[in-house]
Amino acid sequence: MTLQTEAAAAPRLTSERPQNFYGRTSLSKRPRPLESLIQSFLFLCGALSIATTLGIVYVLGQESLQFFTNPEVSLTEFFFTTYWQPEAGEYGIWALANSTFITSLIAMCVAVPFGLGAAVYLSEYASPHARNFLKPTLEILAGVPTVVYGYFALTFITPILRAVFGVETVEIYNMASAGLVMGIMILPLISSMSEDALHAVPRSLREAAFGLGATRFEVSTQVVAPAALSGVTAAFILGVSRAVGETMIVAIAAGSGSLFTFNPFKAAETMTGYIARLSGGDVSYASLQYQSIFAVGLMLFLVTLVLNIISRRIVARFREVYE
Amino acid sequence: MTNSQHSTGHYLLEAHNLNIYYGTHKAVADVQFNVERHKITAIIGPSGCGKSTVLRAFNRMNDFVPTCRVEGDVLLDGQNLYAPDVDPVEVRKRIGMVFQKPNPFPKTIYENVAWGARINGFKGNMDELVESALRGAVVWDDVKDNLHKSGLSLSGGQQQRLCIARALAVQPEVILMDEPCSSLDPIATLKIEELMRELKERYTIVIVTHNMQQAARVSDTTAMMMLTDDRQSGTVIEVNETNTIFTRPKDQRTEDYVTGRFG
Repeated sequence: MTLQTEAAAAPRLTSERPQNFYGRTSLSKRPRPLESLIQSFLFLCGALSIATTLGIVYVLGQESLQFFTNPEVSLTEFFFTTYWQPEAGEYGIWALANSTFITSLIAMCVAVPFGLGAAVYLSEYASPHARNFLKPTLEILAGVPTVVYGYFALTFITPILRAVFGVETVEIYNMASAGLVMGIMILPLISSMSEDALHAVPRSLREAAFGLGATRFEVSTQVVAPAALSGVTAAFILGVSRAVGETMIVAIAAGSGSLFTFNPFKAAETMTGYIARLSGGDVSYASLQYQSIFAVGLMLFLVTLVLNIISRRIVARFREVYE
Repeated sequence: MTNSQHSTGHYLLEAHNLNIYYGTHKAVADVQFNVERHKITAIIGPSGCGKSTVLRAFNRMNDFVPTCRVEGDVLLDGQNLYAPDVDPVEVRKRIGMVFQKPNPFPKTIYENVAWGARINGFKGNMDELVESALRGAVVWDDVKDNLHKSGLSLSGGQQQRLCIARALAVQPEVILMDEPCSSLDPIATLKIEELMRELKERYTIVIVTHNMQQAARVSDTTAMMMLTDDRQSGTVIEVNETNTIFTRPKDQRTEDYVTGRFG
């Protein structure tokens, strides 16, 4: 406002050229090579990840196509049977998918309640001092290499499980141990992401709720958590994706023979475990077994894709948007 | 001591020797004033003199500021809100609050009003309660067809009346309003002011306002706050009937402030 009125009041400058320090009066475009260079570079950064994804889809798709078009493999067998014995020519994905499902489920049963609990504590209850100490400590857990977790499962959790449930019930390699440790591994991810989401909920909403005579628990669970739902859901889905894709822990602790079972104390190879074992072995290139790795990889890729789509739906449907 | 002298039952809220600290900084010093039942009491004064801090001491909202410490007494009907055995949650049920910026929950309009009542154990007919609270806040006609839309879909003025309705649904005795119109346009402001006049029939209202005309228009009693001479802490320098404060103030500083000759 003031600027405009001042400009209007000032004498017109059209008759004389303005005296400015850069000595240019033309309004025509001038070349800015650095600007375009930076723009192209930033575009490349974005394009890189898309190109990589496309490349992965291409490789997975191509090798899988060869696997599925092989006369020895039938799609019905692949999708509807529960025996996975590539050596015997049996390819029923459910043997692997089921153990991936069981280990991930166990992991989420550990990670979600404890992760969310830690997040709510850190964001709503902890003093700033406690928070500044606890959050980084929890995040250290996320930095432990998964191979360490794998041996932690095998040499620490498994003996405990065997002592508690009996040596006959719990096999040395078992899904329960791998799942539990995977849960511990994912816990900091869930708690850290959820805590960020809870913390981002504006203070004004909390004050409004407290002002109505709400307790801290009511405020956290009924006002803050629903408002942070999209972030918490994102954390949950990312946690599931991590569990489904986690390789080292299950390869070490869950065993290396496929078995379709719902008993968590049995050894059963997961999808990732199978891929890791086969790619480490001496399977000949372009053999059917080699191609089966890609078929399993494609399935993993699709699972994560579907999870992401579901999470987007959930978030769009349920989130409580605040300003 | 001073408590017994003042607790005649005439005043609903009383602040005695109230000192409020943020860390080591004494933000509010020696505040003394009382709030009458079914009256609107305005707290006016320049920015940064501690008006909101005093208001928030009335329902223990300062508890959420980690460094904040309150000394002195605030009595509600003779009960000290800062006594060790007092549950701040119970305090806030009886003393509701409306904030500077409208802050409806990201829930439906209906839920915004029903939530506070539900957590406080309301067992009656919720639909009726929601309607009467929304009517009480003069926003029913604006929202009655959209009760299940988000509270955030409303305009600023409607949101603020929704926040008032939300406070009414808990059936408090006192409603604290912290500059409730500062983010609203003049028409919405006028509606809120009309609403306050209606509400004082049933509630007691304390309002902090920057807007002296607003204090003059709506309040019965006005407390003038100002920084002390060392410019460190704010305090109440004069409390009187609003008319007197604006026409014949006793304190020269009040006169300078209300007449715009503030220095």
